[in-house]
Amino acid sequence: MKLELPLTDEKVAKLHAGDAVELTGVMYVARDTAHKKIIETLDRDEKPPIDLKGSTIYFMGPSPARPGQPIGSAGPTTSGRMDSYSIRLIEEGHKGMIGKGPRNQAVRDAIRKYKGVYFAAIGGAGALISGAIKKSEVVAYPELGAEALRRIEVEDFPVVVINDMYGGDLYSTAKEKYRTYSKE
Amino acid sequence: MREVHFDEIAGTIKDLFMEANVYLPDDVKEALKKGKEEDPSPQAKEVFGRLIENYEISERDKTPLCQDCGLAVVFAELGQEVHVVGGNFNEAINEGVRQGYEEGYLRKSAVWDPVFERNNTKDNTPAIIYTDIVPGDRIKFTIAPKGGGSENMSALGMLKPAQGGDGVRKFVVETVDNAGANPCPPVVVGVGLGGTADKAMQIAKKAIMRPLNSKNENPNLEKLEKKILEDINKLGIGPQGFGGKTTALAVHIEAYPCHIASMPVAVNMQCHSARHKSATI
Repeated sequence: MKLELPLTDEKVAKLHAGDAVELTGVMYVARDTAHKKIIETLDRDEKPPIDLKGSTIYFMGPSPARPGQPIGSAGPTTSGRMDSYSIRLIEEGHKGMIGKGPRNQAVRDAIRKYKGVYFAAIGGAGALISGAIKKSEVVAYPELGAEALRRIEVEDFPVVVINDMYGGDLYSTAKEKYRTYSKE
Repeated sequence: MREVHFDEIAGTIKDLFMEANVYLPDDVKEALKKGKEEDPSPQAKEVFGRLIENYEISERDKTPLCQDCGLAVVFAELGQEVHVVGGNFNEAINEGVRQGYEEGYLRKSAVWDPVFERNNTKDNTPAIIYTDIVPGDRIKFTIAPKGGGSENMSALGMLKPAQGGDGVRKFVVETVDNAGANPCPPVVVGVGLGGTADKAMQIAKKAIMRPLNSKNENPNLEKLEKKILEDINKLGIGPQGFGGKTTALAVHIEAYPCHIASMPVAVNMQCHSARHKSATI
């Protein structure tokens, strides 16, 4: 299914764990340190460098762009490192997260409570994903280099819904479906 | 003594990292194609298809296969008849890494201070270097850009000798199960058995560089590799954790003699973007 960003409660309500989705619109790019810095601005009661309401954040740190290209290789990083930060941002209206790997229970609870969604992009497909990114600019924390906060414009950016607002979790259901392992 | 110049070492290392980051080895490509054919899960087939597309784009555009261009891991077999001239051996390797990551538009992912400052070294040095002194007058380098996501899922078990092969199997399978989608499955699982705690992990890392279609020369280890792989692929995790029968592409075991009281088992994982390359000068 195709979906336009930014996200709203209505759009999020249509998403279910396992859905393959192609996203088009504006999203932000941040890893651990950029998350930490955004939260520090909130703690100081300052305006954060991005509008969090309805925002989608892609957990990613790109390789350098070649001349004439908007961005280099651009696949997801492990999302678990962002767990403690994501909850605070979700409380401020942040809705969509894109990364790889499982989220903890607290994030999954926040996704249910505040109507959010967690998508996975394909880890290690950075060259392929790069093609869906049409524009990229650093909007804050340039000193972080590859970890700077970016704003990107994407077209048909491929993701899969892992955690939906109904409590669905693709990682656990998919694993159960194909699991035949017994310890002994 | 044969003289090998600093610049030749640096140039070789530079080329190896630039190439390894955009050309996936043929054995890995074959494994991805086989996964697409054989995995019954539609999600798995979809992921394999995307990964095949990814390496084709990477070869064509020279965009790195993965944005995580890794820490620079270098295994060197240095012939004892080689005399390195023009500078220090380790510094020549680091110079090659420095040049390769700059010229190849590769991401620099090294930080100086692991805990407090975490400030980027800005040139992806220092490399992680293991040097073996061997007979002869050549230098063989085997390099791997090693990603952080898979490295973070490493585990070390100091098992009791009585736990035997079955204990090894359970420990490895459990480690892969706990890692889930984090290390970017399907993974190559490197297992180091024996030695000391540190030696076990080092040979586990060496094990991930072995070609995927190769056989372990030790029949007991070959059997154990097969059994562990079979079990891992029953876990259901599948490519990217989206469900399927291909959680690992291979299990490779390296072993080393150890203390009468010990049975170290180290697991070092490599993501599906199993980049590595060798050259001899």
